[in-house]
Amino acid sequence: MTPGWRRHLQSAAVIVGFFVLWELACIVFHIKEIVLPRPTQILFTLWERAPAIWPHTLQTLYTTLVGFALGIVSGVLIGALIGSSRLAYDVGYPLLIGFSSIPKVAVVPIFVLWFGAGTVPAVLTAMIMSLFPIVVNVATGLATTEPELEDVMKALRASKFDILMNVGLPRAMPYFFASLKVSVTLAFVGTVIAETVASNLGIGNLMMIASSSFDVPLVFAGLLVLALLGVGLYAIFSLIEGRVIGWAKRKDEFALG
Amino acid sequence: MTEDARAFVQLQDVTLAYGRGERRVAALGKTDLSIAKGDFVALVGPSGCGKSTILKLVTGLIPASSGWVFVAGREVGAEPVRVGMAFQNPTLLPWLSIRDNVMLPLKIVPPFRQEFRAKRRGEFRDRADALLAQVGLSGFGDKFPWQLSGGMLQRASLCRALIHDPQLLMLDEPFGALDQFTREELWGILQELWMDRRPTVLLVTHDLKEASFLATRVCVMRARPGRIVEDSFVDFPRPRTIEMTYEPGFVALTQRLRERIVSARGDAAAADLQEIPA
Repeated sequence: MTPGWRRHLQSAAVIVGFFVLWELACIVFHIKEIVLPRPTQILFTLWERAPAIWPHTLQTLYTTLVGFALGIVSGVLIGALIGSSRLAYDVGYPLLIGFSSIPKVAVVPIFVLWFGAGTVPAVLTAMIMSLFPIVVNVATGLATTEPELEDVMKALRASKFDILMNVGLPRAMPYFFASLKVSVTLAFVGTVIAETVASNLGIGNLMMIASSSFDVPLVFAGLLVLALLGVGLYAIFSLIEGRVIGWAKRKDEFALG
Repeated sequence: MTEDARAFVQLQDVTLAYGRGERRVAALGKTDLSIAKGDFVALVGPSGCGKSTILKLVTGLIPASSGWVFVAGREVGAEPVRVGMAFQNPTLLPWLSIRDNVMLPLKIVPPFRQEFRAKRRGEFRDRADALLAQVGLSGFGDKFPWQLSGGMLQRASLCRALIHDPQLLMLDEPFGALDQFTREELWGILQELWMDRRPTVLLVTHDLKEASFLATRVCVMRARPGRIVEDSFVDFPRPRTIEMTYEPGFVALTQRLRERIVSARGDAAAADLQEIPA
């Protein structure tokens, strides 16, 4: 067994151990299902009610991905603008920090007012939740480009656009991917908030209805679905990251592959 | 405007100062310099004498505070001249392979730029590989910068400065961070490349042996404010060899340059002393 496999096995054992401990604690201390259901109950609920949960899962995933995609596009554009222009930096940063300080729950009703309840407010909330880390990271990546790298380009009479495309953006990629991993989970948070407040579909909506009827195992099943989706997307972006910016991590596999 | 007809690079009454008001520091005093086409000029002198400043002025990376900088008879920046540049740090882009790094100027500089998409997998690639082979890096084109040693990176950086056949080659202490043997080997390679292509070269260096070995003309500079205090031609036959650097004529030249720099430093120190109020 290689050390890599051993490490994976060890971490898997700890994670499984956590759930076993939870299960045992519930049994030993006679914790009621309505307070904290056992992991096996949650899994059973998930299995039993899968046909009912499935459309909500798809809705949440779809909403999150659309919102996240919009967040990436606008985040990179705004980040590139702020990172490459002094004026945009001075104007854009205070606005952005102010905007991101607003609790997103407070914005959802405004979106509902403008676009009606349903998918659109959820997509927009996911977008603005995921926007900020992307903007900040892309801007930082651009702003910290080594002056020597720019001098090389300037000596070649490269235009500002050439420098951005050939030096600035590639150099910002590690920052960009680091932000994606944070942003994708934030996008889920955004979607669920909006679904809880104003929607009749999605995991957020499912959990709200379940908790109002004290169906606690179903609430936890919803949480589990969210957690799994989050971990899944995080893993996918880590994989893409490893492929695209292996140079920043200096992995030998990258050099050979 | 008196313009030397033969001059490819010309500095006229150029000064440069950093900062404003009280904290204004003159990096370069009134300087005139004209360099003929195909010349190899070395700028030597103590730290802070404005050697690199002259390089940046000629490349157009910074504007002069006063005076004019002409390249190929036109003011710098407007001239359609291809410039190659190499620094003390190799400054290769870490996300590109060595070959792609070397090919970077072809992607930016006209007329190659227009052909880049079509030729990057054929003609340009061969061109990069040939140049890499010339500096002893054949077979390393697919490697990434972090897989190479400092000397190898500097060779690649030299290739990048030369790939687009620049008329003007700017070298800012390109061998400063290398060990003696690698440095001497690269002197030979650079001399060969220069004799092949005859770009106009401006080399900034601390190393007097390097200056005397490579250059056709050595300019000694002094600091505070920076200015050229001596301008001497080096007429040893080419190709020069490392053995020649131990011959009496060569040793005498480096010694003379050294004395000139030491006395220039003395002058600068004396000037500093006078500035301190009693």
